Amino acid sequence: MKRLLRILAAVLALAPLSARPATPPALPGDSVYQLPAALTDASGKPVEWRELRGTPRVATMFYTSCKYICPLVVDSLRAIERKLSAAERARIGFVLISMDPARDTPEALARIIAERKLDPARWTLLQPDPADLRGLAGLLGIRYRSLADGEFNHSTSLVLLDAEGRVLARTDQLGADGDAAFLAAVRAAAASGTGSGR
Amino acid sequence: MARRAAVLLALLPLCGQAAPPGDRYVTVPGGAFRSALRYEDAADGTTVAPYRLMRRPVTNAEFLAFVRAHPEWQRGRAAVVLAEPRYLSQWSGPLSLGDARPDQPVTWVSWFAAAAYCAAQSARLPTWTEWEYAAAADETRRDAREDPAWRERILSWYAQPSTGALPAVGGQPPNVYGVQDLHGLVWEWVDDASALLVSADNREQGAADKLRFCGAAALSTDDRENYATLMRVALLSSVQAADATGNLGFRCAKDLP
Repeated sequence: MKRLLRILAAVLALAPLSARPATPPALPGDSVYQLPAALTDASGKPVEWRELRGTPRVATMFYTSCKYICPLVVDSLRAIERKLSAAERARIGFVLISMDPARDTPEALARIIAERKLDPARWTLLQPDPADLRGLAGLLGIRYRSLADGEFNHSTSLVLLDAEGRVLARTDQLGADGDAAFLAAVRAAAASGTGSGR
Repeated sequence: MARRAAVLLALLPLCGQAAPPGDRYVTVPGGAFRSALRYEDAADGTTVAPYRLMRRPVTNAEFLAFVRAHPEWQRGRAAVVLAEPRYLSQWSGPLSLGDARPDQPVTWVSWFAAAAYCAAQSARLPTWTEWEYAAAADETRRDAREDPAWRERILSWYAQPSTGALPAVGGQPPNVYGVQDLHGLVWEWVDDASALLVSADNREQGAADKLRFCGAAALSTDDRENYATLMRVALLSSVQAADATGNLGFRCAKDLP
């Protein structure tokens, strides 16, 4: 009897959850969107990290004042973008998270979008809350260290996420030629539709 | 000898002084510090601001209280992207320690879990520099690193096989700041563990290195004798934020009020 009551209580406790049809399906445990993180986009709009769910994306980190590798990071993403068909391109997002949120304000990010002629429909440049920066880097497996002169030491992985935020592929290979296997994975992610997140 | 002991005793109250009994934190005074790592941008060393540091690593009992209050961090509930499958696997259940003793340092915790624990205490993980600074001290000196006897003592810990059960926290004499167990018990997470960009092969130089690590080359060391620090750096640079191991624990730090 006691046991029955317990089961009944458990069912009742679950009921409100299952009665809400509008609730999106639970995030998988291996989704990077499991981490709560607050960011701001290039238009100044606050963005919750998990709002990026729903579209496969290629994500990496950068900073706008970078003189060395970061322009190459943008170049590499643009090279991938160029190699996709129009249909594929429409289904992939590109995400650049700044590791320098103190200087990479929405204005600074908007400047990069304009200078590099990035399509805002596909490209999302983000200034993270400083408290969430290390966590976001941890999710993407990116290592960075700020230097006394304002530059950063950092690794340069490109990470392919499916619509649910699961890591499908990653590459450290930058440049216009890029990594053929990574490009193939991006194509496959685009072909898998706009994602199961809808 | 007696005279020296008197001097030491006179100094002692200074060290642990700031904390009332039962306070988990001590104040570590700031100061100039030269890391064992060669930072190209800080060749002359750096300045550490004063901060508060937990006297001891966080224990199983303390972490159990945390996961009771924060069920999302219980084993089996924490997302695998934030804590790998072996998270808290030394416990017999999500809310039971089993053979793990309450006063042992908690291990098998990811960086995300450690950071969440500290955030729940209105604290944070110490930075690598804060950790290295506190860990440079012995019982009487703020920087004992040049002393071959000190190095030998630490190295003898690394030489011990780590097959036995972990000892309880607090087993070692407090250092000059009143902090215990920085060496000789477990490895510890730091906030900026992912800032330790150490090349897998220290001989790797030039273009390949430049590409992997934007800007300057990977860290190297000025102090090849300081294995204690270098082993920590090697370990922390090899783990990802969701990883957990059986000898990696943590303690929290705070800014001064």
